[in-house]
Amino acid sequence: MTENLLEINGLTKAYPGVVANDAVSFAIDKGEVHALLGENGAGKSTLVKMIYGLVRPDLGQMNLLGKRFSPPEPRAARAAGIAMVFQHFSLFEALDVAENIALGMENPPKQRELAARITKVSHAYGLPLDPHRLVGDLSAGERQRVEIIRCLLQEPKLLIMDEPTSVLTPKEVEILFQTLRRIASDGTAILYISHKLEEIRNICDSATILRHGKVVATCTPREKSARELAEMMVGCTLHEPLRQAVEFGDVVLEINDLNAPSRSQFGTALKHINMNVRAGEVLGIGGVAGNGQEELLAAISGETTGKAGTTKFMGQAIGNLGPNPRRKMGVLAAPEERLGHSAAPDMSLTENTLLTAASRQNLVKKGFVDWGKTRKFAKKIIAEFDVRTPGAHTAARALSGGNLQKFVIGREVMQNPRVLIVNQPTWGVDASAAAQIRQSLLDLANNGAAVVVISQDLDELMEISDTFCALNEGELTRPRPAKGLTVEEIGLMLGGAADLEAVNV
Amino acid sequence: MFRLEKRPVPSKAWIIATPVLAVIATMIAGGIMFALLGKDPVEAIRIIFWDPLFSEQFASYSRPQLLVKAGPLILIAIGLSFGFRAGIWNIGAEGQYIIGALFGAGVGLAFYPSQSIFIFPLMIIAGAFGGWIWAMIPAILRTRFNTNEILVSLLLVYVAEHIMAAMSLGLMRNPEGHGFPGSRNFQQYETAFNAELIAGSGMHWGVVAAFIAVIFAYITMSRHILGYQITLAGQAPRAAKFSGVSPNRLIVFCLGISGLLAGLAGLFEVAGPAGQITTSFNQGYGFTAIIVAFLGRLNPVGILLAGLLMALTYIGGDLAQLMMGLPAPAIQAFQGMLLFFLLAMDVLSNFRIRLKKQGAA
Amino acid sequence: MDLSAINPVLLISSLMIAATPILLAALGELVVEKSGVLNLGVEGMMIVGAICGFAIAVQTGSPVLGFGGAALAGALLSLLFAFPTQILLANQVASGLALTLFGLGLSALIGKNFDGLIPPATDKLHVPVLADIPVLGPILFQHDPMVYFTLTLTAVIWAVLKYSRAGLIIRAVGENHDAAHALGYKVVRIRILAIMFGGACAGLGGAYLSLIRVPIWTEGMTAGAGWIALAIVVFGGWRPWRVLIGAYIFGGVTVLQFNLQVAGIALPVQYLAMSPYVITIVVLVIISASKSRAGGPPAALGKIFHASH
Repeated sequence: MTENLLEINGLTKAYPGVVANDAVSFAIDKGEVHALLGENGAGKSTLVKMIYGLVRPDLGQMNLLGKRFSPPEPRAARAAGIAMVFQHFSLFEALDVAENIALGMENPPKQRELAARITKVSHAYGLPLDPHRLVGDLSAGERQRVEIIRCLLQEPKLLIMDEPTSVLTPKEVEILFQTLRRIASDGTAILYISHKLEEIRNICDSATILRHGKVVATCTPREKSARELAEMMVGCTLHEPLRQAVEFGDVVLEINDLNAPSRSQFGTALKHINMNVRAGEVLGIGGVAGNGQEELLAAISGETTGKAGTTKFMGQAIGNLGPNPRRKMGVLAAPEERLGHSAAPDMSLTENTLLTAASRQNLVKKGFVDWGKTRKFAKKIIAEFDVRTPGAHTAARALSGGNLQKFVIGREVMQNPRVLIVNQPTWGVDASAAAQIRQSLLDLANNGAAVVVISQDLDELMEISDTFCALNEGELTRPRPAKGLTVEEIGLMLGGAADLEAVNV
Repeated sequence: MFRLEKRPVPSKAWIIATPVLAVIATMIAGGIMFALLGKDPVEAIRIIFWDPLFSEQFASYSRPQLLVKAGPLILIAIGLSFGFRAGIWNIGAEGQYIIGALFGAGVGLAFYPSQSIFIFPLMIIAGAFGGWIWAMIPAILRTRFNTNEILVSLLLVYVAEHIMAAMSLGLMRNPEGHGFPGSRNFQQYETAFNAELIAGSGMHWGVVAAFIAVIFAYITMSRHILGYQITLAGQAPRAAKFSGVSPNRLIVFCLGISGLLAGLAGLFEVAGPAGQITTSFNQGYGFTAIIVAFLGRLNPVGILLAGLLMALTYIGGDLAQLMMGLPAPAIQAFQGMLLFFLLAMDVLSNFRIRLKKQGAA
Repeated sequence: MDLSAINPVLLISSLMIAATPILLAALGELVVEKSGVLNLGVEGMMIVGAICGFAIAVQTGSPVLGFGGAALAGALLSLLFAFPTQILLANQVASGLALTLFGLGLSALIGKNFDGLIPPATDKLHVPVLADIPVLGPILFQHDPMVYFTLTLTAVIWAVLKYSRAGLIIRAVGENHDAAHALGYKVVRIRILAIMFGGACAGLGGAYLSLIRVPIWTEGMTAGAGWIALAIVVFGGWRPWRVLIGAYIFGGVTVLQFNLQVAGIALPVQYLAMSPYVITIVVLVIISASKSRAGGPPAALGKIFHASH
């Protein structure tokens, strides 16, 4: 019989207006891979933050190896044997690998000794790392290795992994799973947080399912189908997007040998991009974020300009035009980052409507803003896209991720674009909003627009794209019809974990 | 301990209440400072805030001074507020004020003793141009070389001060001034003099310009797309770029307008209340205007009120110096305190403060 | 003009004196900025340090106590910046300006009673043997202890930032405060300590001006030294040794223009006197135009940290 490692009893945590965790109880055994499954906003992160000492519970208690466990801060949790691989925000790009790892350790050895240990442990687990490289220069998969090695060097009893595969290529996921099995077989328990069902069925021994902060089920994921798990997680049956069969029209958007510099210090430059999108076509672009996605969207939206001929709309060269002339023609875009890029957090929805709708909707006359008309258009978006908000005067940051994303996509879709490019349209959005957003993109294509969807979520791309290509290190693969593509083929297009072999040498 | 919780929407009530609270808190803290200096705090506060306007003995002299001092403060602060909203920090308005005065006065002095009616308008244009061109230095350096505009605009204040000193000792020195430093006084050159428009009101062309600037700024900020773009660029620079705002054009505009208005303020001051270029012509209006801009919450109407209040502290400070020997720098410290309290209290409009249970993370 | 009046040995040795106050302030600000905070109040902290150091030294007759008091005053004053920016999440640019404006007023107020006084002299070290080397001796080994203290401080800050755990944590907080917080580091506490250190250094720099370099108290005597220190941090690419070079170049320009004034160059004094500011601007432009990746500012510089949970 296995022994209880961590026992969670009635943990409750409330924030103003929302109970993030409501009397959550479950237990994790030694050497077990335990899934914590739930939608965005189901309370997974709050629960994990309590275990890791970042948040104190209002009620309830935890026992670690039979002893009362209530870490006042992450340091105490780490000392007790809890380690965590974060989804975001825990690496320092301007510091090197060894420094990053030292920061996550209580009593790090001397840098030279640490570097040697990193090299040794990382090779032992099949995750090779060079301790002296800057983290900013690493790929997403390599960065995750840094986090994992940082945890493993502490010899943890429980390893928490928060959405670990969201940034990985299929090949990298495979390597990660091998490593996790190895870690579990050494007796370390793993708490695996995800909303990806197939992964959980593949690797987890048991699963606790959260919905609206409550435990709704505990099960053995291998015995359930992905659909059963999904329905437990969402609490209702999901409808699949409808796609009418359409004939494609003429080429609307044409990109010829586009090169663009990297937009941020650690971004990727675009190299010789060529692509055509036809009227009525949905082109899906897969690949791990940071491989030129942002740059590609900026080049099409007009945020970065270049030689006129590199971008053509209906045969007309537009590569040298800024965002507003392009919008006037019908080339619209919705970037990935909602707060701060596609919307201004502290501005009202009315003001945010003006952000992209000013030129195409004639909201500005002789330089003066027609606020009445702007408000009317904002209200129309809110109504059509079912944006849950008190009204158009609400600040963008007061909306939930899903609602704001519906607003941002709605703002572009409602302007009847001829070309729409979106980056990560459903990232961090709950399942029902995601389905709605996908449907609106398909409807747009059905009505004859050319739609480009950039996403890391391959399931999403397979669901809605007509044509698929991959963006890898700033280069775009040749597009292929999405229907009938196998996971292996997609993996090859994404370049797999090509960088891995390079480090192995 | 307490915890800050971000409000979904900034509180309108607090946005108005914080400047008032900050003024009250400054009065209290300032009172303590005055008491430490051995002065009666209540009397000092009364002399600073009440007597200039209402005392029978002084009001007739000091009331007009209110507009004289508020005019340049408002004019400069309105200009600064554009940039501050956009996250473009021109803190060298003092230098632009000086150069504006030098250009304007230079034109006036060059035509001395011509009596053409075009001289004063020409001086106004020259003053505005002087301030504008001085502000264009940090603007161009920022847009061309990405040089920090905060440091450049500030360092240029010292350069401007030295140019001013060189001018009042050299090129612009009054040939009939018996070798004393300083230019001819415009009071003796009527065509070029920025006189009081209504006797006893303190109203001169600079004050008129300040009022026009307030109205212009109000319309731009609330109705014009430029006002929207400025606010957008300040709050979310990436969103502004996505929206189609060119950051460089915004930098040139914001620095340009603030330089232009500061230059105007300098010209009206040198051709009117100050009368001449001297080695100590500038009185720190360019820096105090920063406080005015924040105290007015970067809002044109707010800046109008804040400018008047700040002018009051100048006049009241002089009066307190005269009446009770309050040292002049005490007022400067007092004004600095006001900005601190204001910035500190700003938290109330964007956050709710909640008491936190001990030990909670 | 008589260029022979300029003595190169004297010139170089006084360059070190001219550079010291700015180097002190710049080193402090370097640490502050490394932790991700932009404090534009250096000028204000310097001038308050200048008058406090001066006042204490005059009252007690001890320059050492003066310097200690100046450091303390700078650190205390910096709390006026730390509280609104770190606890109340106020804008750092505006709060820094407020600190400078307040500091200038406060120093003038305290300084009222100290106009025209002479501070007690600080003895020069006369390093045995080394000081008697011709040329090199007067240049390097006949200065006051603060010059050597500042050089040592440069080395210490360099070593701490590069090799120690504390330095690593400061850099981490300045690069990504959210990540540092997630790992359990007390971002706000670390930053407040850095701000206080910066205040103490600025205070020392100010006191060096009023006690050794000038040495007398006059209102507004820092005359932009704090701002130049800020520029030198940028010039130095946030690295201590380069900041040292920047400060020495600036010191050289200051001393040279002063010597040219004395030599009677045919140019109005004011144009010479403005040259350090102009050259600082020119240097800033050159540096920012040729920005290399490694010399960039800390990623979280000037950003407000608010732990939402």
